[in-house]
Amino acid sequence: MADFYFSLPPLLRGFLQGLAVVLVIFPIAGASSLAERKVSAWIQGRPGPNRAIVPWFAAIPFLGRFLQRLGLFHLAADGGKLLLKEEPLPGHVHKFYYTIAPWLGLIPAFTTITVVPFGAYWDSAMQTMHPLVLANVDIGILAVFAIGSLGVYSVILAGWSSNSKYPFIGSIRASTQLSSYEISMTLAVLPVFMWINSPGSDGSLSLARVVEFQSGTHFLGGLWFVFLMPLSALIFLIALFAETNRLPFDMPESEADLVGGFHTEYGAFKWSLFFVAEYAHMIVGSAVFVVLFLGGWNPLPWVPVASLVHWFHLENLPFVVGLVSIAIFLAKVIFMIFFFMWVRWTLPRFRYDQVMRIGWRRLLPLAIANLIFYIIAIALLT
Amino acid sequence: MPATVKVLERKPLSFAERTYLPQIAAGLKTTIKHLFAPKVTMEYPEQRPEILPGYRGVPTLVMDPHGREKCVSCQLCEFVCPPKAIRITPGEVPADQPERSHVEKAPREFEIDMLRCIYCGLCQEVCPEEAIFLQNVYSTSGYTRASMVNNKQRLYELGGTLPDQHFKWDRKKAAETAGNARH
Amino acid sequence: MSDLLFFAFTALTAGGALGVVLNKNAVHAAFCLLLSLLGTAGLFVLLNAYLLAALLILVYAGAVVALFVFVVMLIGMQGGTGKPTGRLATVGAFLAFIALLAGAFVTLTREPLPPPVLANMPPVGAELKLYAYQLFTTYLLPVEVSGFLLLVAMIGVIVLAKKDKPEAKA
Repeated sequence: MADFYFSLPPLLRGFLQGLAVVLVIFPIAGASSLAERKVSAWIQGRPGPNRAIVPWFAAIPFLGRFLQRLGLFHLAADGGKLLLKEEPLPGHVHKFYYTIAPWLGLIPAFTTITVVPFGAYWDSAMQTMHPLVLANVDIGILAVFAIGSLGVYSVILAGWSSNSKYPFIGSIRASTQLSSYEISMTLAVLPVFMWINSPGSDGSLSLARVVEFQSGTHFLGGLWFVFLMPLSALIFLIALFAETNRLPFDMPESEADLVGGFHTEYGAFKWSLFFVAEYAHMIVGSAVFVVLFLGGWNPLPWVPVASLVHWFHLENLPFVVGLVSIAIFLAKVIFMIFFFMWVRWTLPRFRYDQVMRIGWRRLLPLAIANLIFYIIAIALLT
Repeated sequence: MPATVKVLERKPLSFAERTYLPQIAAGLKTTIKHLFAPKVTMEYPEQRPEILPGYRGVPTLVMDPHGREKCVSCQLCEFVCPPKAIRITPGEVPADQPERSHVEKAPREFEIDMLRCIYCGLCQEVCPEEAIFLQNVYSTSGYTRASMVNNKQRLYELGGTLPDQHFKWDRKKAAETAGNARH
Repeated sequence: MSDLLFFAFTALTAGGALGVVLNKNAVHAAFCLLLSLLGTAGLFVLLNAYLLAALLILVYAGAVVALFVFVVMLIGMQGGTGKPTGRLATVGAFLAFIALLAGAFVTLTREPLPPPVLANMPPVGAELKLYAYQLFTTYLLPVEVSGFLLLVAMIGVIVLAKKDKPEAKA
């Protein structure tokens, strides 16, 4: 089967791979919306959505009840509702931009996934690691930042084309917030790439290489970058919250003062697209954070996947190794998404001027100081 | 003795407090505890709240322990009702009930519009015969406006029989037959 | 396949550029600029210059045009007639058009340039290390000068944006 697969034309192969990844991301994005509701409910002492059930499933004695309590069918019910309900198109909007804005949010979110590695397998000799990634390009992290930064157009356009006050204010907030925190974010990851590009080596910004540098077994090699560069990780995480418009930085849609922010005038399927895009952004952001700071697909610090392979003698089963690494990676990403929701119900929303002050007067100088510190440290070490 | 004034100085925030991070960690700890804490929601249609005595639910008409109608159609509740939800059509006591014949009046129809009722309990307060009670039914619904008007039959269905210490009718009956000797 | 993509991206770039110039609505024009930049980035990708493509999108499409759009929306420029062009500007535009025509004429009629020898051309934009190396050796002066220019512009903006407070000095 593998031979047949590799005999396909590369274009078709790429298409199939992309389809496979999207088929995983889309359900996760959907499930995140349900998880959001469940986690919110649990933290607030409620059981959360737990009613919807398909009759056939209700007949299953124990599992059916469990699935109903978990609210799994609310996901399908919500999706069906959003697909089938009437698509309102307000009369005062700029129709062209209003219609394309949700899609513009979705496209960058899904495009960035192509360069994020999500697993790895080894050839039978355990010599070379092959990262599982749609496009293992040399500029990995730059591509993520570049394409991710295009997501801001969706919010700007949605707010502007809605031709109404609150969406417009929301979109203005979004565009300033996203551009402000992008700088700190970029500066925060620079130490990681300076670390993996020691002088004299071939320069690379590939994300798979970052994981490779966290897959050692000796002290510095196996240390995840979150321990090696805690400040970078913290700055990146805070900026990530701001970039994905999650609480405590959800200025663009702060419902207390802006009704619904940039998507106030949206409804039905277009509205839901914004949320799929938001969750896709969260997934990609979490994945990048896991790759950069949490050791990628390595189960524990100093315990890379390669060690697992040795212990369980999986050398001749690259397929199994790949699946195991993907599972570990997904588990970490899902934990990160849970962390997003956990923080949402812990911290109150910042005021807009506070967001700007944190971004420009705290985070940015901190990121620059952090960068200078690691420049000196790495220069002294090598 | 002069009052001693103790001035509390507000301490400047420590560095850890200014980074805000220990506070966030403490907050995260609190929320994760709530995540695993038992849920406090009452899942309504399956679980019903316990109704405490004195609850003011839907107004109902009650009978005495002998199954006799208590209401004498005095229409005080109709007068007192602030939203004018009660409408009584007075009538006579049926001729085939001789033990009630001294009462003279009984409601021929008794309607309470539950779309108007504000559950204030003034009707219960004002009733001289203790015939109308706000009991523990708290949820009424219907598909039409007309179905939200409780008529006499429905009011007795909802009300049922309540224990009664006074046995007003019996005493009155006894007084009538024995002459007003005792009182 | 590659040719097809090349034509698609070229059409996007040229069409976007035309749109920028011809559109009366400033928001439409800004989005045409965005399309043009994306087309250019696509052309860079076809040339295997991934770094340049990513930088172009990151800096121009992601930040600069976003700010353009932001400002255009904020001041509410929805097009309109605008001031009639002055005589001097008309003459200038005419001269520039003549110069452009002359340039096009010379380009079309002169001897074709010898095709570049690929081996002699360093793939400056393709490889990260090479790019950085070139930037800090051969092209250090231009980088520094343009950086200085940006610094001047930044200081100028701060001076212009700063509110005058004459009473504060007294």
